[in-house]
Amino acid sequence: MAKQHISFTLNGEAVETLVEPRELLIHTLRERLNLTGSHIGCETSHCGACTVDLDGRSVKSCTVLAVQADGANVMTVEGLAKDGQLHPLQEGFMQEHGLQCGFCTPGMLMRAWRLLQENPNPSDEEIRSGMSGNLCRCTGYQNIVKAIQYAAKKLAA
Amino acid sequence: MIPGAFDYRCPKTVDEAVKLLATPDSRILAGGHSLLPMMKLRFAEPARLIDINRIEELKGITEERDRDAIRIGAMTTEAELIASPLINARVPLLAEAARQIADPQVRNRGTLGGDAVHGDPGNDHPAVLIALGASYVLRGPKGERSVAADGFYLGTFMTQMAAEEILTAVVVPVPPAGGGHAYCKLKRKTGDYATAAAAVQLHLSGGICSRAAVALTNVGPTPLNASAAAALLTGKRIDEALIEQAAQAAMAICDPAEDLRGDREYRTAMAGEMTRRAIRLAVSRAQGG
Repeated sequence: MAKQHISFTLNGEAVETLVEPRELLIHTLRERLNLTGSHIGCETSHCGACTVDLDGRSVKSCTVLAVQADGANVMTVEGLAKDGQLHPLQEGFMQEHGLQCGFCTPGMLMRAWRLLQENPNPSDEEIRSGMSGNLCRCTGYQNIVKAIQYAAKKLAA
Repeated sequence: MIPGAFDYRCPKTVDEAVKLLATPDSRILAGGHSLLPMMKLRFAEPARLIDINRIEELKGITEERDRDAIRIGAMTTEAELIASPLINARVPLLAEAARQIADPQVRNRGTLGGDAVHGDPGNDHPAVLIALGASYVLRGPKGERSVAADGFYLGTFMTQMAAEEILTAVVVPVPPAGGGHAYCKLKRKTGDYATAAAAVQLHLSGGICSRAAVALTNVGPTPLNASAAAALLTGKRIDEALIEQAAQAAMAICDPAEDLRGDREYRTAMAGEMTRRAIRLAVSRAQGG
């Protein structure tokens, strides 16, 4: 099949590339645009490691076609830190030991980022249900909840 | 895992989508959270994919006061259903079911329409829409027609929708005020299909059940309308003995497949338990609890 030209905003910058229609957004991000922060985990929309922000909503980029992002505003974990300063969420995951192996972390961070946009002062229960599409096999989630609370407090200060 | 190659089209209108569907082996791409995983596994290999995500006329939730119904565009996402004040106020059963589907990211993409017509008995909306007496607006080359959700499902992945038709909207009659609802779903984990689930919509008048609907998810080749269970409730004061009779009637029509969620006996028993819980909760809500 012929490739299609797509252009979109990625972490605030205009990007364009050619993709096959069957190409999934996660592959375009990692292999064509060389942003390997978003991870490929289950590839079946269960684990959430590939979570990115698409037009103001968290999505699993393994289950979105790259052509569907044409014209969209996309943010990945690479867009979190600003001017060499870690985002409070990244700081929180570090301070509260919200990761061990780190594989799920980019997806956790991007989902948590959107969650805090939607609900800046979440309860632990709201964090757990808001993060229910992201799996971590190391931490048991306790410290992920703490890390997100850390960021919520810091962002509110 | 990458889907097989296909011809990708992204129409802006329903008419354009219907024309594109005339090409054999074309499939509609709605939220994509059932179809794309199936395509990755080569369970589906459509030659053409018609992406309807950019068709504005398929979006939006509106009240149709003339017939006391809510019209929901087929491409309304689960997240939009959950966030809709109109849905929560007038058809809360629909929002309650949507909250129990998949996870936040999937609910941002997954659509009411896709879930309604995909034909997988694990989909949650079909039983809910049967219990609500909803109908589906289908458009094809010969024009538009309306088909009741009850009777729409013929078998697993088989429905009354023709290959050249597209679902444009779901029309849900507004249940009378003072009713009670519940969708009780047993699942092993977030994101799982139901081991068994029951949707109940009922109405109490002076303590007597004046109307009731009960429908079941994922305990047969299609969603099941447990009309015998509903008939037992209707015209009576609902107590524990009656709830037990209704649960038994619901279990009597179950025909679940044995899978990792359990054997037939277990899943049937769980359909009974979900029915008990859903009736109790619906009654308590109807009583203002």
